[in-house]
Amino acid sequence: MSICNFTASFKDMRRVYFGADNVITSLGFTTAENAEQVLKGRTGIALTTDERLCPGPLAFSGIKDDLLDEKVREFIGKSHCTSSFTRLEKIFILSILNALTGNPIDPANPRTIFIFSTTKGNIDLLEIYRRKFFEPDRVHLWRMAEVITQFFGSPNKPFIISNACISGSVAIMAASRLITSGRYDQAIVTGGDILSEFIVSGFQSFQALSPVACSPFDAHRTGLSLGEGCGTVILTADANIAVHHRAVEYLGGATTNDANHISGPSRDGEGLTLAISAAMKEAGVSSEEIDFISAHGTATPFNDEMESLALDRAGLSPVPVNSFKGYIGHTLGAAGIIETILSAFSIRNNILFKSAGYTKNGVSRPLNIITDNRYQPVRRVLKTASGFGGCNAAIVIGN
Amino acid sequence: MLITQYCLIKPPEIRLNGSVIFDHPTSEPPEFLKSAYRNLKINYPKFFKMDALCKLAFLSAEVLLKNQEITHRYDAQEIGIILQNSSSSLETDEKHQESINDRQNYFPSPSVFVYTLPNVMVGEIAIKHRIKGENAVLICKMPDARQLYEYVYDHFLQNRFKCCITGRVESYHNKTSVSLMLVEKEETATSLVKPKKMCIFDLSNFERIFNKAI
Amino acid sequence: MEELIEKLKKEIIQVLNLEEVKPEDIDSDMALFGDGLGLDSIDVLELIVLLQKEYGIKIKDPKEGRRIFTSVRTMAEYILENQNK
Repeated sequence: MSICNFTASFKDMRRVYFGADNVITSLGFTTAENAEQVLKGRTGIALTTDERLCPGPLAFSGIKDDLLDEKVREFIGKSHCTSSFTRLEKIFILSILNALTGNPIDPANPRTIFIFSTTKGNIDLLEIYRRKFFEPDRVHLWRMAEVITQFFGSPNKPFIISNACISGSVAIMAASRLITSGRYDQAIVTGGDILSEFIVSGFQSFQALSPVACSPFDAHRTGLSLGEGCGTVILTADANIAVHHRAVEYLGGATTNDANHISGPSRDGEGLTLAISAAMKEAGVSSEEIDFISAHGTATPFNDEMESLALDRAGLSPVPVNSFKGYIGHTLGAAGIIETILSAFSIRNNILFKSAGYTKNGVSRPLNIITDNRYQPVRRVLKTASGFGGCNAAIVIGN
Repeated sequence: MLITQYCLIKPPEIRLNGSVIFDHPTSEPPEFLKSAYRNLKINYPKFFKMDALCKLAFLSAEVLLKNQEITHRYDAQEIGIILQNSSSSLETDEKHQESINDRQNYFPSPSVFVYTLPNVMVGEIAIKHRIKGENAVLICKMPDARQLYEYVYDHFLQNRFKCCITGRVESYHNKTSVSLMLVEKEETATSLVKPKKMCIFDLSNFERIFNKAI
Repeated sequence: MEELIEKLKKEIIQVLNLEEVKPEDIDSDMALFGDGLGLDSIDVLELIVLLQKEYGIKIKDPKEGRRIFTSVRTMAEYILENQNK
């Protein structure tokens, strides 16, 4: 594990900064590309028939294989045999490589830790026709993480968080703790999930999927849209890197459990409210100081309603809020990381992103849904997430 | 912090604080789990809806928390659940995959799919015991006491919880095992089950108990 | 109808993993949700799958579910009305 430089107390807690980052979704292969498309109001969710995923048409946000293959040839193919990686591994590696070009850290340094976030990893390898391409163990999350960390020469055992849709947020929180405690100096936090028949069929059995691109918080919302994605962010104690990247800092975070039902959100939003309050308390910010909320906003009838209750209970109804999921879909294990990265982009560029798919309020609380992109000072952002198993997460970042 | 209770499950045995409290003639997981449920006189019909991983996590928490009254001594949000395993929910994942392999006989089941996430075992424990604090599931290749210990320790140090249910719950075909511990801040812990030095929440004691069921 | 009701009771017990419930414990007119058998949102979805798998009936709108699954009898009535449509 880590070289012994561990401070046994948190008295002189180091600050944790967001360094370089990368986002890969249907909208692009870099954070900038994704942000640009979001600003233009483009959604990556399209109604497509992909027989591999589902027998009929499905509205989803998929990473285009031809573009992916091109990037893989360019960035991985020159030094590695790319057929030795699964589709998701290629996406992870591309994302991490791109983030590292923006950050002078050595992934093979023992003071650097990898933290993975994923719900199902290489689960597509369970399909009968795919099994033959890789060894049986490859479907295990630890094996996927091992392949990727070996690519980067990391000497450390990675952390792997698999905690439903809050995985990404938990990974960022875990990274901050590992840095604050002194166990590591920087963390490569990377979250990804791809779509498969496994995932699509499961959500279909829950009747959770919208037949069209999702509309978070809207009165006519009809469910969620799945998305493929990977987000990587480098968290560091090094303030110099932070200056280079127009300092965004991790300020606080918390997870809670509703203790109510394994799949349905709680009816009163209490669990999420508790997470939000704890995160804001750790960050030392009041509700008046939050400039923007990146909500979980999956566009299911129950999630968005629950989230509106929680935000209202936390005194956050007046705060501009959006969901990114109308642009990139629900990227599952990547969501917490991608959406936090876009939130950091908001802070660095003082921009509030419009919430895609929203025209009329469809929740019982009067939220301040962002209906047009606008430039205004953004200093403190709250990112929320909830997931199967009754879990909730809230993170506060800022400069 | 102190390790105040620990539950080890390695079919055919369930042990609490080192003593055998259930010993089943066969170690086949389905029979073992149902038989343990009945023998421990648990009354919770939802148990039968759970997959094997959640049944295992649920049972071990029932044994661990019996008579501990943790929700009387701590607020719900002060109690955390941090678990580790290697196989995630793969056993149930395979079951879900089977239900979709044949497009002519294509009936994915929501009650199977809901268990294709390893953190649902945390949810089942949280629901039964009304626990609302920090929760996470970590996956690693081999049982890793140190990684889990440091993760939990850092949470205590930052006052993220005052009590934590932590350990390893594994259910994958013939690999069934649990090492589950109740860790509490010393000032709120009640009676200890071993001499204090064996209960101190340090890496050595944690590893010793963690590795017993492997 | 009564034969279908008895068959349904066994199927409900099986697909919903109601291990400790016997068919004779389920009254044909008893509320399946709330205070009756205490079924929840996942159970509704599972019963929708049952209707499709065993009876070939696809429920278009899941919100209809609560009405169709009020009791075993209402389920049976719905099946007889809609099977083979």
